[in-house]
Amino acid sequence: MDPDRVAAGRGRALGRLLEAVLASRAEANAVFDILAALQSEDPAEIQEAVRICSRLFGALLERGELFVGRLPPEEAVMTGSQGATRKYKVWMRHRYQSCCNRLSELLAHPSFQVQELALGTLMKFVQLEGSHPLEKPKWEGHYLFPFELFKLVVESLLSLEEDRALLLSQFQGYLEYDDIRYHTMKAAAGTVARVTDGRAEVPLPFWNNAFTLLSAVSLPRQEGTTPSLYVKHTEPSDKWKAVNLKEHRKAFQLMWLRFLQHKLPVSLYKKVLVIMHESILPQLAQPTLMMDFLTSAYDVGGAISLLALNGLFILIHKHNLEYPDFYQKLYNLLEASIFHVRYRARFFYLADLFLSSSHLPAYLVAAFAKRLSRLALTAPPEALLMVLPFICNLLRRHPACRVLIHRPQGPELDTDPYDPGEQDPAKSRALESSLWELQALQKHYHPDVSKAASAINQTLCVPEVSIAPLLELTPYEVFEQDLKKKVPEPVPLEFIPASGLLGRREDLCAHYFSLS
Amino acid sequence: MGKAKPARAGRKPPGSQAGARGVKAKPNPNPFEVKVNRQKFQVLGRKTRHDVGLPGVSRARAIKKRTQTLLKEYKEREKSNVFKDRRFGEYNRNMSPEEKMMKRFALEQQRRHEKRSIYNLNEDSELTHRGQSLAEIEKLNDIVDSDSDAEEGGALSAELTATHFGGGAGLLTKSESRESQEPGRARSRRELLEELIAESKLQKRERQAQRENALELTEKLDQDWKEIQMVLPHKTPKADKKEKEKPQPDVYDMRVRELGFEMKAQPSDRMKTEEELAREEQERLTKLEAERLRRMLGKAEDANMKKPKHMSADDLNDGFILDRDDRRLLSYKDGKMNVEEASHAEGSREASGSQSAGEEEEEEEEEEDDSGGEDAEQSDGADSHADLDSNAESEEDPAGPETGSLLTPAERHLGRHWRAQAAVRAELPYTFAAPESYEALRSLLLGRPMDEQLLVMERIQKCNHPSLAAGNKAKLEKLFGFLLDYIGDLAADDPPDLGVIDKLIVQLYKLCQLFPESACDTMRFVLRDAMHDMEEKLEAKGRATFPGLDVLIYLKIVGLLFPTSDFWHPVVTPALVCMSQLLTKCPVLSLQDVIKGLFVCCLFLEYVSLSQRFVPELINFLLGILHIAAPNRPTLGYALVHPFRALGKGSELLLVSNREDVATWQRRSLPLHWANGLKGQTETETNHVRLSCLAVCLALVERCVQLYGSLPAFHHIVQPLRTVLAEHLDLGLPQELQELGQRLVNKLQSQEQRWRPLVCEKSKPVPLKLFTPRLVKVLEFGRKQGSTKEEQERRRLIHKHKREFKGAVREIRKDNQFLARMQLSETMERDAERKRKVKQLFNSLATQEGEWKALKRRKFQR
Repeated sequence: MDPDRVAAGRGRALGRLLEAVLASRAEANAVFDILAALQSEDPAEIQEAVRICSRLFGALLERGELFVGRLPPEEAVMTGSQGATRKYKVWMRHRYQSCCNRLSELLAHPSFQVQELALGTLMKFVQLEGSHPLEKPKWEGHYLFPFELFKLVVESLLSLEEDRALLLSQFQGYLEYDDIRYHTMKAAAGTVARVTDGRAEVPLPFWNNAFTLLSAVSLPRQEGTTPSLYVKHTEPSDKWKAVNLKEHRKAFQLMWLRFLQHKLPVSLYKKVLVIMHESILPQLAQPTLMMDFLTSAYDVGGAISLLALNGLFILIHKHNLEYPDFYQKLYNLLEASIFHVRYRARFFYLADLFLSSSHLPAYLVAAFAKRLSRLALTAPPEALLMVLPFICNLLRRHPACRVLIHRPQGPELDTDPYDPGEQDPAKSRALESSLWELQALQKHYHPDVSKAASAINQTLCVPEVSIAPLLELTPYEVFEQDLKKKVPEPVPLEFIPASGLLGRREDLCAHYFSLS
Repeated sequence: MGKAKPARAGRKPPGSQAGARGVKAKPNPNPFEVKVNRQKFQVLGRKTRHDVGLPGVSRARAIKKRTQTLLKEYKEREKSNVFKDRRFGEYNRNMSPEEKMMKRFALEQQRRHEKRSIYNLNEDSELTHRGQSLAEIEKLNDIVDSDSDAEEGGALSAELTATHFGGGAGLLTKSESRESQEPGRARSRRELLEELIAESKLQKRERQAQRENALELTEKLDQDWKEIQMVLPHKTPKADKKEKEKPQPDVYDMRVRELGFEMKAQPSDRMKTEEELAREEQERLTKLEAERLRRMLGKAEDANMKKPKHMSADDLNDGFILDRDDRRLLSYKDGKMNVEEASHAEGSREASGSQSAGEEEEEEEEEEDDSGGEDAEQSDGADSHADLDSNAESEEDPAGPETGSLLTPAERHLGRHWRAQAAVRAELPYTFAAPESYEALRSLLLGRPMDEQLLVMERIQKCNHPSLAAGNKAKLEKLFGFLLDYIGDLAADDPPDLGVIDKLIVQLYKLCQLFPESACDTMRFVLRDAMHDMEEKLEAKGRATFPGLDVLIYLKIVGLLFPTSDFWHPVVTPALVCMSQLLTKCPVLSLQDVIKGLFVCCLFLEYVSLSQRFVPELINFLLGILHIAAPNRPTLGYALVHPFRALGKGSELLLVSNREDVATWQRRSLPLHWANGLKGQTETETNHVRLSCLAVCLALVERCVQLYGSLPAFHHIVQPLRTVLAEHLDLGLPQELQELGQRLVNKLQSQEQRWRPLVCEKSKPVPLKLFTPRLVKVLEFGRKQGSTKEEQERRRLIHKHKREFKGAVREIRKDNQFLARMQLSETMERDAERKRKVKQLFNSLATQEGEWKALKRRKFQR
């Protein structure tokens, strides 16, 4: 009860101060008391103070009681012999400035409510300052935006110390406005450049914050819709950069290029690549500028290469990128881990696309088929159910490769001629080999896999099997499929009676394990 | 009316036959009556029904019919009396004509009797003739007296005889024949009659004599019979008596019948000798084994698939299938149409078997060898089963502890507790209600020693045997699930009560044999739960962890209860998928994980030991285990897959930290309860556990090598294992393990393999593309085309109605004409009558007038 009363009393005191300041210029010094409350330790008091500040400077901005134009230093004005009104305006503008600085500091406050409130207040100032600009327009219809203030906001959002994902998701609401989005992109590009400039090691939170902000930006798909502006203007113009989609694209591109030109941490690399083909590439003014980034990512190897494949595909497919040794690199991406990584579906979807051309040389396709079947020897059943039809599809598309499963007059060999260590598919001698691995997989324990592998026993029929529904197959789905099948009547039972948990003495379990 | 004519024409006498048929059958002699409808041109296939007609005849018939029906009605049109048929039962359809007649006759008799009896004063009405009763005369008529003969002359007049003997016609002919015999004598009628009478009397007498003879004979026979009867045993008269009083069955007779119909004592089966019993058991096992092999190869499905597909002649053979086609091909066998599908499938299966490649044949041979070996094993198993039974019996029978010397170790263990059990038996109640919930079972079992738990389970099963009450089946079905839960709980305890689980397995097996379906469902449910947990963990944390010992034990139980070698099995296949998940998704972070993983590997190997199926996860996991047992190296000669990483956490988990512990290590099997936690172990003990794990792993690798030696890509499958064994795992291991490793490497390298290029099975030659002719219904004139059956039927009915309507109108018109004609003729008749009468009047008047005039003239003349 006591702290409540104290808070209420304090709130009333601040409210009285606010009224006094707004009522007469003579009471202007009370502003210091209000600003002092912003420095308080108590979050409740800070919140109260922020609200009061918001009302105070909001009213002052609307009344035009702040100095307009380039702000002179405070001491010069105070000691100078200008009019009292001018002195007051300049002085008050300085208080406003310090208030904004303090608010941007509050964005790093441990309490999220305070952060949220500070952000809201700052954005309100942005809006008011935009409609009552604090600088003189240079010409008629000059577009004015409180860029300095806004940059302050963005910079403090992209904190170097801590992850601001929550606050950024709040900020995301403002990104729907065209002008805010445009200036965010500009400010973010500037901030990224400033932060990374001359610094050897950039802390990870900054990258995460920057990525969160950048990935939140998404441009409208087409031009022509009426621009939605956060800062209300009396007579909006089409020529302003903030409403032009082309300018937006340029800014977007600049922002991402600034961001991607630095060495990113691996986790972030993956995140960028995951959204690359959907959110970034289509919105760039010149997608080909991503070429360097993608090719270097493709060369990294492992999962990053897999992810870069998608972006590269768009560049090759839509933007005429000529990529030497693309297939060789794709071939080298095929490793045992490919069946276990999370991006398996995406990779095989793309691999299917790349290998769908019927103009590929037979040796290449044979190398792919052989490599995949070799890797299939270590694959889990859900991957096998996908990769076996994939291999069969390859053989169907390229009749020249059918020797892999049908070589009637071939001589008996001493070893498998295929060289798995060879980097170049042309030299791997896959065409001289046969898919013995698939024959081994016909003895796989899962009946569906065994059936899929047995498809090579017969001549493959012409229509390809669509692997699209198999791409996302999870082990759980395989399990459920087996459970859904009809139970035969009667259920076959073991006819050797059980004599104990580990079975009889000659059983394996009893051999290697004991009950106690 | 008129329509019925042609139908009735056939029944009419041939003389009045009309119509084309009648004409054809019997040509009308009068050519002037025949009217021929000339056809303008011939149309092939047209049926002509009206080319020849007899208009006169048919008209005459129509008129005749009308006179019989219409005219009668017309004539009786103003008459109001109605003829009523009051014959008994005339219109009752339920009575047959005979019945009707009988009833009518009875009624008539009754009526007559009632009328007559008024005048019948004495009771018996006797008919008399000349004062003698007729009955008397009837009796005496065989006594022929001569005077009656004499009398007859006077009594029988010629008229009388004529009436009595049906007229003289017959007599006359007879007399004529007589005359022809004796031409000289012409006899009078009277003489003839006398002769006749004499003849008849003679006949009568003869008949009388015959009857007397018969009587005499019967009497004699009776006499004889009585004599014999004395000689016969006493039984027959009784039978005689019985025949007389049939309705009451005799006690004795009943007894006899009973004895007769009683089940005869069947010859009982000979007690089988032990060899026979063994042979039977052997046969049963062989049959089951054959069944298992069939399921393992998944042949049933193959056979279905190999069934020749129906192929349309229009099939382009591009593999395009419109829809599932379930038509069957017509096939012949020994000249008969093949109807039974089973035999057909059998044949095709055999064919497919013969088509299979040489390698497979080899494998099959191997399998046969194996199965031969297994037979021996199974007979062992059967023995142990028998032991088990005897064990169960001995448990029931308190007088059987002497059999202890023959018991298996487990039983010996039981025997040791014999006294305790006896005491327990005294304390435990003998009946248990089947628990309705898991909690109930748990409270029943928990806290009791192992023997009591087993006994309780046994008694629950006995008290609720399905044959005792209707609901028991469902109760015991539920019991399986509860028992499974209980086992899971026991396994999850710390330390797990594995001894009890071990014993409960037997109960579980029995329950499973009783209720396979519910057991199957329960196991599937348990597996689904386990998978679900793992999936949730995977989604929540990004990686799964090895589940508790309970899941592992469930998996083991699946292998014990169901055949693991089936191509597809509703429980085993999901269990395999589940195990594969355990080995691929769960990272190995501790020694417990290693033990659990090795147990799963062991299960996998057990599951596929008969079917020799390939399990990639198994090889991967064993490779990973070997990897973590070797010190980290910068370059590997092999690729590790998911749960294992080349470097990082847990990559040297099984590496022995202290060399000195190597010397003190002794090989031992891994206790299962370690899977639930290894606590309070010293560094030395931990190292020993590590070495034990490694030893098990190497042993499993050896098994794998044995199992997969025949696979076509064997070298590639075991390539990483070979590398890790040869290059990484050589230092600092106990002698035993080093030797084992070396042996494995040698085996892997020495395994010969031939690389024979793959060849597809020969596909059947593609049949020539033929085009089946398109069959279209031939247009028939006069029939409405292109409509449904209902529509056609409706049209037909409309048409028929129209025709009938026209016919009826025509008939009515003709009837009217006929009536008009009749009326006209009546009027004419009436008029003629009137004219005639008027004329008569005039005539009479004229005659009168004439007479009067004549009279007057005569007066004048006078």
